[in-house]
Amino acid sequence: MGTLRIASSFKNVHAIMHAPLGDDYFNVMRSMLERERDFTPMTTSIVDRHVLARGSQEKVVENILCKDKQEQPDLIILTPTCTSSILQEDLQNFVNRALLTSNSNILLADVNHYRINELQAADRTLQQIIQFYLNKLAFHSIQKTSKPSVNIIGIFTLGFHHQHDCRELKRLLYDLDINVNLILPEGLQVQQIQHIPNAWLNIVPYREVGLMTANYLEQKFQMPFIDISPIGLIETSNFIQKLFSYLPYTSKIQNYINEQTQFIVQSAWFARSIDCQNLTGKKAIVFGDATHAIAFTKILVREMGIQVLCAGTYCIHDADWFREQIEGFCDEILITEDHTKVANMITRLEPSAIFGTQMERHIGKRLNIPCGVISAPIHIQNFPLGYRPFVGFEGTNQIADLIYNSFTLGMEDHLLEIFGGHDIQQVITKSLSPKSNIIWDENSLLELHKIPGFVRNRIKRNTEQYAQQNNINKITIEVMYAAKESLATYNIIL
Amino acid sequence: MNAQLNFECETGNYHTFCPISCVAWLYQKIQDSFFLVIGTKTCGYFLQNALGVMIFAEPRYAMAELEESDISAQLNDYKELKRLCLQIQQNRNPSVIIWIGTCTTEIIKMDLEGMAPKLEMELQIPIVVARANGLDYAFTQGEDTVLAALVHRCTQQTHSDQNKLVLFGSISNTVANQLTLELQKQNIHVDGWLPSQNYNDLPNLGSNVYVCAVNPFLSRTATTLMRRRKCKLIGAPFPIGPDGTKQWIEKICEAFHQKPQNLIQREQQIWNQLKQYCDLLHNKSVFFMGDNLLEISLARFLIRCGMIVNEIGIPYLDKRFQASELKLLKQTCEFMQSPLPRIVEKPDNYNQIQRIHEFQPDLVITGMGLANPLESRHINTKWSVEFTFAQIHGFINARDILELVTRPLRRNEKISKFEI
Repeated sequence: MGTLRIASSFKNVHAIMHAPLGDDYFNVMRSMLERERDFTPMTTSIVDRHVLARGSQEKVVENILCKDKQEQPDLIILTPTCTSSILQEDLQNFVNRALLTSNSNILLADVNHYRINELQAADRTLQQIIQFYLNKLAFHSIQKTSKPSVNIIGIFTLGFHHQHDCRELKRLLYDLDINVNLILPEGLQVQQIQHIPNAWLNIVPYREVGLMTANYLEQKFQMPFIDISPIGLIETSNFIQKLFSYLPYTSKIQNYINEQTQFIVQSAWFARSIDCQNLTGKKAIVFGDATHAIAFTKILVREMGIQVLCAGTYCIHDADWFREQIEGFCDEILITEDHTKVANMITRLEPSAIFGTQMERHIGKRLNIPCGVISAPIHIQNFPLGYRPFVGFEGTNQIADLIYNSFTLGMEDHLLEIFGGHDIQQVITKSLSPKSNIIWDENSLLELHKIPGFVRNRIKRNTEQYAQQNNINKITIEVMYAAKESLATYNIIL
Repeated sequence: MNAQLNFECETGNYHTFCPISCVAWLYQKIQDSFFLVIGTKTCGYFLQNALGVMIFAEPRYAMAELEESDISAQLNDYKELKRLCLQIQQNRNPSVIIWIGTCTTEIIKMDLEGMAPKLEMELQIPIVVARANGLDYAFTQGEDTVLAALVHRCTQQTHSDQNKLVLFGSISNTVANQLTLELQKQNIHVDGWLPSQNYNDLPNLGSNVYVCAVNPFLSRTATTLMRRRKCKLIGAPFPIGPDGTKQWIEKICEAFHQKPQNLIQREQQIWNQLKQYCDLLHNKSVFFMGDNLLEISLARFLIRCGMIVNEIGIPYLDKRFQASELKLLKQTCEFMQSPLPRIVEKPDNYNQIQRIHEFQPDLVITGMGLANPLESRHINTKWSVEFTFAQIHGFINARDILELVTRPLRRNEKISKFEI
């Protein structure tokens, strides 16, 4: 999955999965979640019974060559799946054979499905592609750009608010008079890879994907990189200061930060305002990928005075770093891939708000605790159309809103509970419903209760209306169905 | 017009859901069951995404995620499964545990069928094994494998002279009630459903039992019912659309020597109700890319509504099981003087997209992965999965099908005013 996300982020790169039928749901995610207008550049070389019996033989090679002709991509990435890993076919051999006749470059993704997760696979694949192209070239002297410039590494398909973050980063760099050399891998063409070393340094906004590439570039070209995620006021300032430590001039940087925090951005003032006082000492729980969980914990604690009972991540491969970063900011640390453990922890600690993934949002729903979504895995509503960055100064505004709104909703709920909930509304609707002496028999009542709550009343009303019109006193299942049918006749479409 | 239906077969490079998705609706249908999918991260990831919100509502299904140590046989399959099933038994106390075998269990040749009876004895809970994997099956065929496995668990009908009727196919209880009532009007009593709402209410089967399907993707189940339980299969078109429903009831009546009553009027009455929709669909063309095996029945119904079908893509076509449906399709084309559509088995999505550009159909019925890209090329689409999850069977629900089919057309008529 990670491999596919990287491959589909590049321009004119095609991925071929060696997988059984139905494993290609990645294209559903991309076209649904990102509302992508183009066909996902991905095909499956299908593993079926015949492949099990005789091996893929010519099939994979044919599929590669066919794609080569149909779409003329610059690069084709062949990727194994859980299923095909076990088959232990020599996929590299297929790649080598296809290379003989293909016009595209072909790579075999070096990922093992049983050892690494999606983010690790993405990290690895990105590095693999960059390395593949840079190793082909001989660099004698590197022409650095005359003006300071950076590469942004790790913006890609299906990333959590990546598009907005990327735009905000560009804006920030523009303010600081720094050019963006390249963005990796979103929208990148493989021909541009040779220009990567021209940048002065690299920026890795998310720890999960991009570090391997940044490390490789540091080794090979002595390019320094910054791995501070500029999420929250303090971290954004740290990020800017670090950025300037690599540049020959430090000009008015402190002024810039002060100006932004004190006058432009609302979040710094917001944290001081009386509204936010009410948040002091409120209890929260944070869970997500390492980058966002750490950033949010620090914001909640340092910038808003909220107590974090527990911070956690599902990035178990990065557990040590997570612990190191979060030490002292929260009471407990939870590192797990098991969402029932997270649910148990939330149930036990009873926070007033949760900041987590969609999983945590649903746990919150069940327990009646508000939840702000801060990290993947995510649903379609986390691909907003409006501008919603998490990084930089505008990001701090968005985050302040998110945090504050989560808590207010919680307060509202409690107040409602104290004053007896919403039953005032019930009184109103009761007086509106018509009196009727129609009886529902047992079976029809059962049937009625199977109908989802939000339409049940309407169907009840329609059925009773139908019964009245036809002089029926007792409603049976047959009457219900007949009512539905008759409704169809006079229901006007268009 | 004496042309024959045209069958083609392509490369099978098409998009569909993995058959393990059948747990999504089956666990809700069989209320005292628990589904255990034995597979890898990929399977879990798929279920989590495909079933969206449902996985958070404490569903009665779970993944047994295979790890490297399972694959390399360092762990004992039997012990691992026993541990999991024991846990399920203690926490949920289901009446049956259904193991769903996946691609991985196929490849490492995990002997699920061998282990299940042993574990069943040890834990004293029925364990049913269904191999719903992407190597052999597509999407809805998953249900077929589960139902075929359940056939073996049905009790034996003690011999009696009276013929019984058992219907098979998983549909919501409401729709099942509707079809039962519809048959009752013809004095035909439905003696059981496969699957039933509870595992313990599975129908009795035997040589005096007539069986009839409600869904076109149940060929394996049909074969199992005939060969293993000696049931008599009523070959009929499927009760999708008023035309299909009428013929379905007729065929059942025929088997039970009943003369259908008021059936023609009933069908006509429904068509009258659908007139507005049909007017909208008249002479519009539709292209089925194919992913859930409902395609033939839906195409037949839409042709009867006045549409022109360019192509019926379908993952797999059992010509014997679907014989009546194919015959009705041909008759419908002749009746409506509509050209016979080409039927493409195991289609190739890439080629299909070329053909879609050529035909410029008014509507493409396709999977989610291709819908947005097609819409952005100004081609109307409807998600095919909606037909799997909506109530589409019987007279009453014909309207719901057309509601789905016309939605993109109606939507476009409404928003076209705002187009720049």
